[in-house]
Amino acid sequence: MIFLVAFLVLVMLAAAIAAFFFRDLLSAVIASCIVSLIASIIFFLLQAPDVAMAEASIGAALLTAILIIAIRRTGRYEE
Amino acid sequence: MRVLLSLAVVAVLAAGIVTVLRDVPFGGNSSRLGSHFVENGREDTGAANIVTSVVLGYRGFDTLGEVTVLFVAAVGLGALLVAGEKNAPRKLEKASMVLTTGSRFLFPLILLFGAYIFIHGHLTPGGGFQGGAIIASGYLLVYLGSRDRRLGKNWAASIETGGGLTFVLLGLAGLTAAGHWFLSNFLPLGVPGQLLSAGIIPIIYVAIGLKVGVELTGVIDSLMGGTE
Repeated sequence: MIFLVAFLVLVMLAAAIAAFFFRDLLSAVIASCIVSLIASIIFFLLQAPDVAMAEASIGAALLTAILIIAIRRTGRYEE
Repeated sequence: MRVLLSLAVVAVLAAGIVTVLRDVPFGGNSSRLGSHFVENGREDTGAANIVTSVVLGYRGFDTLGEVTVLFVAAVGLGALLVAGEKNAPRKLEKASMVLTTGSRFLFPLILLFGAYIFIHGHLTPGGGFQGGAIIASGYLLVYLGSRDRRLGKNWAASIETGGGLTFVLLGLAGLTAAGHWFLSNFLPLGVPGQLLSAGIIPIIYVAIGLKVGVELTGVIDSLMGGTE
């Protein structure tokens, strides 16, 4: 259990750092989506299913979609 | 010089924070409120889900504020995007057959799941906000699958208004009942764990669920192109 959470936190950290350094904004959005998804799994493992549900549906689904639509309307690459 | 000045300010701030927070026992049980909610939430509010008993039972007024914040954010985004949407709607390429068929197959299931989450908000994990967000993600799938579909503005506006009005009117109705106050639970609590229990909580959660679902769908709608 503790190793699973530790592994998930490490993947989450890696995804967060990747989202920061990606020049391709689409990749950055997908990396932040992974952060939200793993956060929701960790919330579930820590016995907070209410928060896990909100994080999965808003953070991983809706926020990612909204950011991708915004990228489509502006530009894909950071200068 | 400026760097030194900034460092000095930061050092003073850090010293202040350290002195204030040094004696705070983080993680300790400094307040008896939490254990009170856990022990008495079921009897006080009739909701089997403790989180719901706090969100709508003990802290219903905060939730009203939260719903208002979401409403203002959605209205602001809609106004901002409609104001910039003067030029003709852009041409959208057709979605692939897999996406279209899949969205038609999955949409009713997602809608049902979202409705289940907010109708059972007082019994199982989840509630109006989670159910509404799930419904909005189902509508997102429809927007991706069949590009020409749009949200009916009149339906959306009336559901949104109805949800908000239900919340406020139920709260005001608590004022008229004897021995109750704004947003207090004046309906019979029933047996915790049954679908028809917890008084006004399931009604408010259904209202919030529909309202949040419509609002988040409206945000997606105005982002995906807005004008019909």
